[in-house]
Amino acid sequence: MLDPYKIRKDFPILKRKINNHPLIYFNNAATSQKPRQVIDAIKDFYENHNENVHRAVHTLSQEASELYESAHEAVASFINASGMEEVVFVRGTTEAINLVAYAWGLRSLKEDDEVVLSLMEHHSNIVPWEIVSKINGFKIKYADVNSDGTLNYESFEKVLSKRTKIVCLSHVSNVTGIINDVKRVARTAHEHGALMLVDGAQSVPHMPVNVKDLDADFVAFSGHKMLGPMGIGVLYGKREVLEELEPFQGGGEMIREVSFDKRTKRCSITWNVLPWKFEAGTPNVGGAVGLMEAVRYLKRIGMNNVKEHEERLTEYALPRMQDCCKELEIYGTKDTSIKCGIIPFGVNGLSSHDVALFLDNYGIMIRSGFHCAQPLHEVFKLSSSARASFYIYNTREEIDTFVEVLKEISQI
Amino acid sequence: MASLDDYVARVEGTCGKEKDVIVVFKYEKKEEAIQKILGKATVKKSIAGIVFELTFRSHSFRLYGSGKAILRGLENKDELNALLSALLL
Repeated sequence: MLDPYKIRKDFPILKRKINNHPLIYFNNAATSQKPRQVIDAIKDFYENHNENVHRAVHTLSQEASELYESAHEAVASFINASGMEEVVFVRGTTEAINLVAYAWGLRSLKEDDEVVLSLMEHHSNIVPWEIVSKINGFKIKYADVNSDGTLNYESFEKVLSKRTKIVCLSHVSNVTGIINDVKRVARTAHEHGALMLVDGAQSVPHMPVNVKDLDADFVAFSGHKMLGPMGIGVLYGKREVLEELEPFQGGGEMIREVSFDKRTKRCSITWNVLPWKFEAGTPNVGGAVGLMEAVRYLKRIGMNNVKEHEERLTEYALPRMQDCCKELEIYGTKDTSIKCGIIPFGVNGLSSHDVALFLDNYGIMIRSGFHCAQPLHEVFKLSSSARASFYIYNTREEIDTFVEVLKEISQI
Repeated sequence: MASLDDYVARVEGTCGKEKDVIVVFKYEKKEEAIQKILGKATVKKSIAGIVFELTFRSHSFRLYGSGKAILRGLENKDELNALLSALLL
């Protein structure tokens, strides 16, 4: 079991006051705060080891390259990948999904092919596929979501066919916190000969994720939601699948050789080995170092403890929120056995932004709006929602304060 | 001569179907902005000096003690600027 009071000491930002109230940060589904260890690791990289990687033979470059490769290895171990060649560093989940949509989808998908998504997806797992489908004409099918926000597995299985080439699904909904059985969906996808992409943006930071156990072909996630810095994220891909893919972007680092052929007057190019084949240009080495430290920090705590802590906070918050005022409505299932620490809610008669601004007066940070998941809000028939989301440094006392402030909202 | 830039730090369209506008006043000017607005608009409701539900001309909006206001039903930026100018300048 983790000790949030001890953990809080590692997070400098949590000492802040906002509008004369101690900061209560309940917007962890958007981004997490950063512990001193991560901030120090990034600072140490820029103060002592800063250099480009895989470019030079001198000491600094060797140090930077070793740190960068160690970061890949740390992430591979964290998600139980076979090795660092299965871990591609990108800017975040969005770029990871775009990589697959362009490097694989754009080249491989034909007019009769189908991509299967669900209506609970974040826009980053919808828009890249819609863009690429407009280029080469493949079809997109959306599986339904039940009225409680859970995935309609029957609908999912119905839309799968021999034409399905990839299934792309959130592991955890960023709106409801509902955990999808992606292992079951991956099995079904593979039975139909399709690939499986898991959007792990809301799962990898909050629960143990074992990519071998999930048997997904791709898993995308972001560093900044798991204590790491912004601008670094991961595309996990099965080695044999990544080997088959052409590169996403071209440039330095991702090539082994570029030679000018005098006969054809063209350059012939051979790709670098994995994962560098997908990492064109100078990478975000400082970000990778920060992510490595974040992974170490989470490993020390233990991902089972992270999950258990968030479950307990959610179990504590749900009935208190429900009882605090009759105008408050919690959206989606309240079954904490299939839910992470994300609670979407609304207050009748108020927009979600009014709720967020009211809480802001008390130093409580939550998200309001669509949370980049407009289709799911249309399923719920909502114009927007407020969302509280928890992490390792949140406490029951913070939830008590949050609930007390929610009680006051009913007076508006 | 004072301008809206003296008071307004940011204007943000909200995410969601509502298409509201949130005006964030400059930290060092927020108290002055709040007092000016309270002096001109009609207070329909106030909760502990934290939230003010206001009407001004044909507009109703909420003003928060943290120095933010949420405005609804505005057609465009010109209408927003005219409203803010009438309230602040």
